[in-house]
Amino acid sequence: MVKFSDRIDVKYGTIIIGAGMSGLAAGIRLAYYDQPVVILERHTTIGGLNSLYRLRGRNYDVGLHAVTNYATKGTKVGPLSKLLRQLRISWDDFDLSPQKGSVVSFPGHDVKFTNDFAFFHSEVEREFPSQKDGFANLVNAINTFDELDLSQEPVSARTVLQRHITDPVLIDLLFCPLMFYGSATPRDMDFSQFVVMFKSIFQQGFGRPYAGVRQILKKLVRKFKEQGGELKLRHGVQQILVKDSKAYGVILDDGTQLEADHVLSSIGVAETLKLCPGYERIPEESPSFRPGDISFCETIYVIKDQPRDLGHDPTIVFYNRAPEFTYDVPTEPCDLRSGIICSPNNFNYGLDEHGNEILLEEGIMRITALANPDYWLNLDPDAYIAAKENWEQRIYNASLGYMPDFRSQILDIDMFTPKTIKRFTGHLNGCVYGSPVKHLQGKTPINNLYLCGTDQGFLGIIGSMLSGITMANNHILSAS
Amino acid sequence: MAPSDIRQVILDILSRIAPDEDLSNLDDSVSFRQQMELDSMDFLDIVMELRKQYRVQIPEEDYPNLVSMDSTVKYLTPILKDTPAK
Repeated sequence: MVKFSDRIDVKYGTIIIGAGMSGLAAGIRLAYYDQPVVILERHTTIGGLNSLYRLRGRNYDVGLHAVTNYATKGTKVGPLSKLLRQLRISWDDFDLSPQKGSVVSFPGHDVKFTNDFAFFHSEVEREFPSQKDGFANLVNAINTFDELDLSQEPVSARTVLQRHITDPVLIDLLFCPLMFYGSATPRDMDFSQFVVMFKSIFQQGFGRPYAGVRQILKKLVRKFKEQGGELKLRHGVQQILVKDSKAYGVILDDGTQLEADHVLSSIGVAETLKLCPGYERIPEESPSFRPGDISFCETIYVIKDQPRDLGHDPTIVFYNRAPEFTYDVPTEPCDLRSGIICSPNNFNYGLDEHGNEILLEEGIMRITALANPDYWLNLDPDAYIAAKENWEQRIYNASLGYMPDFRSQILDIDMFTPKTIKRFTGHLNGCVYGSPVKHLQGKTPINNLYLCGTDQGFLGIIGSMLSGITMANNHILSAS
Repeated sequence: MAPSDIRQVILDILSRIAPDEDLSNLDDSVSFRQQMELDSMDFLDIVMELRKQYRVQIPEEDYPNLVSMDSTVKYLTPILKDTPAK
């Protein structure tokens, strides 16, 4: 296209805001069908909430503990195979290795699970014999539920569970991993979100690429660029251009104006509306556009040994130390009653040519706890550093009942807080799972402006990519 | 294109949609859905691939013609008869 000024130089079919999993997947679909498409990312790297960085000579992942929705190669149904088909990616490209086995640990109850749902089912029956029939009925209700129906109204998952299960401890125990890995709402979930998470974690299970999140992100970027898509890092959007209730482009941080037929935003519904002149106040005024506030602190420990050599075998431990499990914004800076311990070493990465098990080069332990965004976002710089050190130790000590004491083995430590998440992703409150009210159709009050990613509402790594795909298909490709 | 060319075009599209699928044993008379578990998203992709490659517009009411290889080739033969093979 002819460049007729420094301010307006290109017109795109679609502008995608944010180069996370959902934006990249949407971009691949659009570019594949020959749409002129650009992805704008304010940060210096891709990934959004599932990103990567290098620190003191080591690669770190942020976000991804495990890819949920695991399926073995050749599986023809389910979210992973749907995703691979839509993106024209081979199963081998993601290089997923299955988990060894995880556990939900509550006072008096340890329920293990692997990628074999029958095993988890037998574990629930063993630990909660009186709930055997009720649990079977719940599983049946889950299996017959159509979570892909985008027109459904929210229903309380807790209410549905109470219909089948009478032991409140089992209800909390089932909620624990599902909430930790995807709930934007405190204390309860929408039943359709519960079903998505139940299937993705308990029925399909966990996998991880040997190289971590970069394996997936690299494939997505390569695929996007091969199809002719443009990716612009360090290109933040300061305003979405709207005229007659219709989006027609964006203004970048440096003042450059880009026009497009469609704008697809992955940055969150409140974050998106705040960029639209005349619509900035909607998130404060309307509860259905309010940003979420569930966030976490996580410490990543690099240690000398493989965790299993210290006696730690589980892939992921979801623990709760209190009589009841509380998933909510804590009143304290971090919630010490519950947490997640993830060891990326404890996946089955297969055997090398000599028949030896393939291991990660160093031991890694990641410990995650619910955090209070207000506290972490409002500390002055010195107090922030001191608070990180203090809470790192307190979360570590609270986790010691569920892992060996490896403090003497530590080679390096890094910790993120809600402040880190806000700084690098732009999500208000450092929120991880998006707005409490999801916008399943991906529509906004503005025409030609659509949502994908956490606030549209498909969850997890595979879900986020399917979100981008589905929104690109429904709003842009089927319209063209 | 002759029916045999059209069959190859469809095979190429299917192998792009499902790169891990072994298509050498595809039974032309049995539905794609049954053999490959294709869903509505995949059928939309077959339609869009045809549009992308050969500028063929397939109206939504004709989608049932794409159920199996035999029915797809039969449906596309008159539409693509003057289109050269690539």
